[in-house]
Amino acid sequence: MISANLLAIFYLISGVLFILALRGLSSPETSRQGNLFGIIGMAIAIGVTIVSAGSFSVGFLYLLILMLIGGAIGTFIAFKIPMTAMPELVAGFHSLVGLAAVFVAISAFLNPEIFNLGSPGNIKIASLIEMSLGAAIGAITFTGSIIAFLKLRGIMSGSPITFFGQHYLNLALGLILLCLIFYLCKTQIDSWFWTIIIISFLLGVLLIIPIGGADMPVVISMLNSYSGWAAAGIGFTLENTALIITGALVGSSGAILSYIMCKGMNRSFFNVILGGWGATDQSTLNKSIEQKPVKSGNADDAAFLMKNASSVIIVPGYGMAVAQAQHALREMVDALKKNGVKVTYAIHPVAGRMPGHMNVLLAEANVPYDEVFELEEINNDFANCDVAYVIGANDVTNPIAKSDPQSPIYGMPILDVEKSKSVLFVKRSLSPGYAGIDNDLFYRDNTLMLFADAKKMTEEIIKSL
Amino acid sequence: MEIDPFVFRLSIFILSIFIGYYVVWSVTPSLHTPLMSVTNAISSVIIVGAIIAALAGESGNIFDTANIFGFLAIILAAVNIFGGFLVTQRMLAMYKKKKKDKK
Repeated sequence: MISANLLAIFYLISGVLFILALRGLSSPETSRQGNLFGIIGMAIAIGVTIVSAGSFSVGFLYLLILMLIGGAIGTFIAFKIPMTAMPELVAGFHSLVGLAAVFVAISAFLNPEIFNLGSPGNIKIASLIEMSLGAAIGAITFTGSIIAFLKLRGIMSGSPITFFGQHYLNLALGLILLCLIFYLCKTQIDSWFWTIIIISFLLGVLLIIPIGGADMPVVISMLNSYSGWAAAGIGFTLENTALIITGALVGSSGAILSYIMCKGMNRSFFNVILGGWGATDQSTLNKSIEQKPVKSGNADDAAFLMKNASSVIIVPGYGMAVAQAQHALREMVDALKKNGVKVTYAIHPVAGRMPGHMNVLLAEANVPYDEVFELEEINNDFANCDVAYVIGANDVTNPIAKSDPQSPIYGMPILDVEKSKSVLFVKRSLSPGYAGIDNDLFYRDNTLMLFADAKKMTEEIIKSL
Repeated sequence: MEIDPFVFRLSIFILSIFIGYYVVWSVTPSLHTPLMSVTNAISSVIIVGAIIAALAGESGNIFDTANIFGFLAIILAAVNIFGGFLVTQRMLAMYKKKKKDKK
């Protein structure tokens, strides 16, 4: 057994190590060390907890076995998962944190003595509030992440599911939750506690179904934030500093990421959460599309253009992830570089299905990270570049965001692709992107459409280079 | 007058939110995906609560309902801890700098 004070100091140390883990991510060089700090912090927290529990008996054996089982599953997933599936993986992991928070809250509720919270039926009010908040947020995180996972995996349609009075229903459920927590504190009746958990499960589903596929970066960041707040709630219940610090870190991290993602779309957080975007008048838009002339080309044209260019900027988007075209893309860039062409990559903050999605895929394809630039860093370079190669991106390049106040994406920061001398746009068809609006760029004189699968087209270009 | 320990924990909580705020703003956007996976891994420190819950009580009745929920939470959190840190490690190992141009 170690003293409670010593234990608290150890938890503080792991909290600090977790801060350093996040701090390390400020640059790729320090990031690997940061991750190591995180692992050490976790090892300390787990180690001292087991030592302080002190009973190296049957329970300890089960604990080891279960941790090994869980660890083996986690390790297997971590090494097997393809990088393109990273958004689903993160959503899946969030759901586990949420459910774990619910389970810990349940055992604290059933057996409060072990955490010094009072006795069943007579739990301290503050602890009761903390544990029911932790359980509620955990439950919302769990079912919300499951829905996000299903949508990202394509098992469930990515299109928003909306029905009449949806937001009022959610609001009502939220208010009911608060009332239930109040009654639980007053009466200490356990059925209220179970009802809170069940309603929160339901609320998690209802909150995420109206949000469409391309808004997933916001959803994932938001659920990331929730999982943090759930952990913090449990941390207060268990009076554990490591959990409180971590919960606060994760909570604010997720909140900042959601903010960055919303800003990347020029939409308010509530606008995204309330869901449904431009889904209404898509049919009328589709009609007007077919009348405008479009220049289309083949791989040879594209190869010719790029070979004779002095600088090329690549604009990847979700389509590149779907087609798994990142490796082919790198090969194409290598071939171009051999011809003395300067190639850089431009990444929009909301490209892909989660924050930083494109960067990971490019890194996987061995693209050096100092050739990859964010929107603000590179946007002025389009004016001086010969060819912009847009692969799987759409809405984030639409110049209408700057010119048409009527457009739903008006004001969204976009990559100024149209300023480059010529634009190569790899896309399977002229269909509009997620926002449901036509991309003006398709009809510009300097645009050459390459109608094909992103990967096939890129491979063909490599051949003709 | 004595200050309720809750106030201390609240102070830690609020200050940590601020630390998180400044630290996360300094994270480079290209590492936002690893940021998510690592925050995921560290939030699984909730396993601490699970361990306490699971190991509580006499060794004879280790399968009390409260203990069982603790054990279940241990599995979930362990998947997350190992999966989260390892997948972060795997991603970070891929971020490489440009090789110096051969002269």
